Amino acid sequence: MEVFDLALIWAFIIGFGIIMYVLMDGFDLGIGILFPFAPSEEDRDTMMNSVAPVWDGNETWLVLGGAGLLAAFPMVYSIILPAMYIGVFLMLAGLIFRGVAFEFRFKARSSRYLWNWSFAGGSTVATFAQGAVVGAYIQGFNTVDGVYVGGALDWLTPFTVLTGLGTLAGYALLGSTWLILKTEGRLQDWAYRITTPLLITVLVVFGIISVWTPFVDHMVWERWFSNLGIIWILPAITLLFAFQIWRSVRNRFEGMPFVATMGLFITTYLGLIVSRWPYVVPPNYTLWDAASAPEAQLFLLLGLLFVIPIILVYTAWTYWVFRGKVRAGEGYH
Amino acid sequence: MELDPLILSRIQFAFVVSFHAIFPVFTIGLASYIALLEGLGYKTKNPVWTTLSTFWTKVFAVVFGMGVVSGIVMSFQFGTNWSNFAQASANFLGPILSYEVLTAFFLEAAFLGVLLFGRDKVPPGAHLFSAIMVAVGTLISTFWILSANSWMQTPAGTEFRDGAFHILSWGEAIFNPSFKFRLMHMVLASFLTGSFVVAGVSAWYILKGREVEANKKALSMCLWLLLFIAPAQAVVGDFHGLNTLEHQPMKVAAMEGHWETSTNVPLLLFAIPDQENQTNHFEIGIPSLASLILTHDFDGEILGLKEVPVEEQPPVAIVFWSFRVMVGLGMLMILFAITGLVLRKGGRLYKARWYLQGLRAMSIAPFLAVLTGWFVTETGRAPWLVYGMMTQAESVTPSLTGGMALFTLIGYILVYASIFSAGLYYLMRVLYVGLEGDGGHTEDEADRPARPLSAAHVQFEYDAEENAANPAKTATEGGQQ
Repeated sequence: MEVFDLALIWAFIIGFGIIMYVLMDGFDLGIGILFPFAPSEEDRDTMMNSVAPVWDGNETWLVLGGAGLLAAFPMVYSIILPAMYIGVFLMLAGLIFRGVAFEFRFKARSSRYLWNWSFAGGSTVATFAQGAVVGAYIQGFNTVDGVYVGGALDWLTPFTVLTGLGTLAGYALLGSTWLILKTEGRLQDWAYRITTPLLITVLVVFGIISVWTPFVDHMVWERWFSNLGIIWILPAITLLFAFQIWRSVRNRFEGMPFVATMGLFITTYLGLIVSRWPYVVPPNYTLWDAASAPEAQLFLLLGLLFVIPIILVYTAWTYWVFRGKVRAGEGYH
Repeated sequence: MELDPLILSRIQFAFVVSFHAIFPVFTIGLASYIALLEGLGYKTKNPVWTTLSTFWTKVFAVVFGMGVVSGIVMSFQFGTNWSNFAQASANFLGPILSYEVLTAFFLEAAFLGVLLFGRDKVPPGAHLFSAIMVAVGTLISTFWILSANSWMQTPAGTEFRDGAFHILSWGEAIFNPSFKFRLMHMVLASFLTGSFVVAGVSAWYILKGREVEANKKALSMCLWLLLFIAPAQAVVGDFHGLNTLEHQPMKVAAMEGHWETSTNVPLLLFAIPDQENQTNHFEIGIPSLASLILTHDFDGEILGLKEVPVEEQPPVAIVFWSFRVMVGLGMLMILFAITGLVLRKGGRLYKARWYLQGLRAMSIAPFLAVLTGWFVTETGRAPWLVYGMMTQAESVTPSLTGGMALFTLIGYILVYASIFSAGLYYLMRVLYVGLEGDGGHTEDEADRPARPLSAAHVQFEYDAEENAANPAKTATEGGQQ
């Protein structure tokens, strides 16, 4: 027996990376989802300015997650990516289109509308694909001997469409509460106005998903309705966060809506994890089945322990530099 | 026609990796060049070095940004299309590729921002240090990627058991037999690319009479560098070839279009390899020269392709012709470097318009040489993915159908065509605006971190009213945002 359970350490690292990614890229993808509905072109400038300095740092977590999965849990990497083949392509294409839109939209004049579409369309497609991955994970994957044997579109079911739409609404909510925090005047008013309907949408869709999930898989049913009463605290806290968002929007607090939305995402994420723990490729493989060899996990862990704190400090510093309100006409460019 | 997921996945990988490769191969060379310029500026206090460094840093930023975007796709390719390979090789490739990602992020987090935006915000010494660290970082990235690739060419330090490669020795796996040759060959290729692009662009500015003094300095410097790098690359390439002969004889046989094991093998200058009939048509060759080059003996014996069954031979025509294009371009580069020295001795370097025009055209040569070089080494490994251990057919994702692969192949081509044509077009705009550009722009607080491309402030569209006869005016307008 080894002193450290490396696979467990890696599960925490990857799990941490995923929630970091969801929270951070979530709000800037949300800005893209809300983009076409903004009151004016000037507001779009401000919206983009509010995330321009941080978005690519946010996406580093995704690349790190991809490489880290290959290194630590190659079975997850080599089952979920083939299973989500079309979805992964759509996500990458979406991320590319929105990524370059950040760069070129500010430098463009007559072609600006093209970059608007590139930004909004790319964000929406990438978000939907990410939500579908979550849904597909809950559904489980058709595997034989550690290899995916299902079809190209097995992942696309009414359930994953719903999780895709739920993620769209969720990221949009992160985006609108981010705008409340970072903007003022007319744009902030608009963000306040759309937050409550978005919250209701999120609650309805997440609610349907939560009720549906135990029926998708028997194990999830067991987990929630047999002996583990303590985990019911998670949906309870989720509802408290939802109430907090509603209340703070009504009182026109500026920071609380965003913080509470992040809280809502974290508890939902934890709920998802306890539903499936310790399966990383449901229904057959646990995190210990999917792990790479201990020497590989250890070799990378050493480098990661050195670099992750630096990335975290740098990230915090970037957000600190860009604290405060983004105003129209100034800011990033 | 039956769609073959293996063939389509190979085409897709070749497409996305080729597209990706052209960006880092340039930025690796350019990063070192920028560090050199910064060093000269720091030492001599001559502002011309700073002008050059500022300009090329802008170009670096745009190209680096495109490299990052195309790199995101690469980190998912192994999983989507080569999942059996990913699963089998993860114990080695997972950590190695992750270290490359960590290096890149560490570099971007810590030093790239300072290099791009910090010139007036940090002491000159700190700025120079950042430039050096960015250059070192790109080389460390190269180290990891080339180690991963070399291990696939000449696997060592691992054993295959229970369906996966397991590490026996990290040292032997990382420093596998072909690694040092491939690494040196690639680093020199990057330096060649950086030098020829800077030389070509400088030559173009000199021809147009723009910022002539600074560009003359840049051109002169590049030509001195090329005088050493271009011949050195030929020598390293030779060593690399000998190493390949030892470990992957069939690749060398394909490079030489050599079918029957024999002595006194000619060096073929031209041939049309015919894999079906296992022979060449229209051979033109120099007797015994291939034997001499490869074995250092006219009578040296070289194994022919027929040593292995047809299905274990690489696609000969691609390897054969890619190799000739690469070597031909390499020779042309050496010729240009030497011609530069001759013209310099005659004092005609900046007056010989034909030579400057030639350098302009040559700025694309190293990219073609790098791509064809990779075609040689990658297709020459076929049918193996991990040489002698795992074939491409065993590696491909089992659940992948031809239709899925075709869908994403077309998809990637469309996405890349639209995005990277916009990127390349923008790069041309940056070059057009030139060293005088950015006049109207003052850096503000909000400019500080992160996004590489935002280091360039050139406007996206080409304005009809821009006056081509007055580039300085254009530049000022372009710089204003």
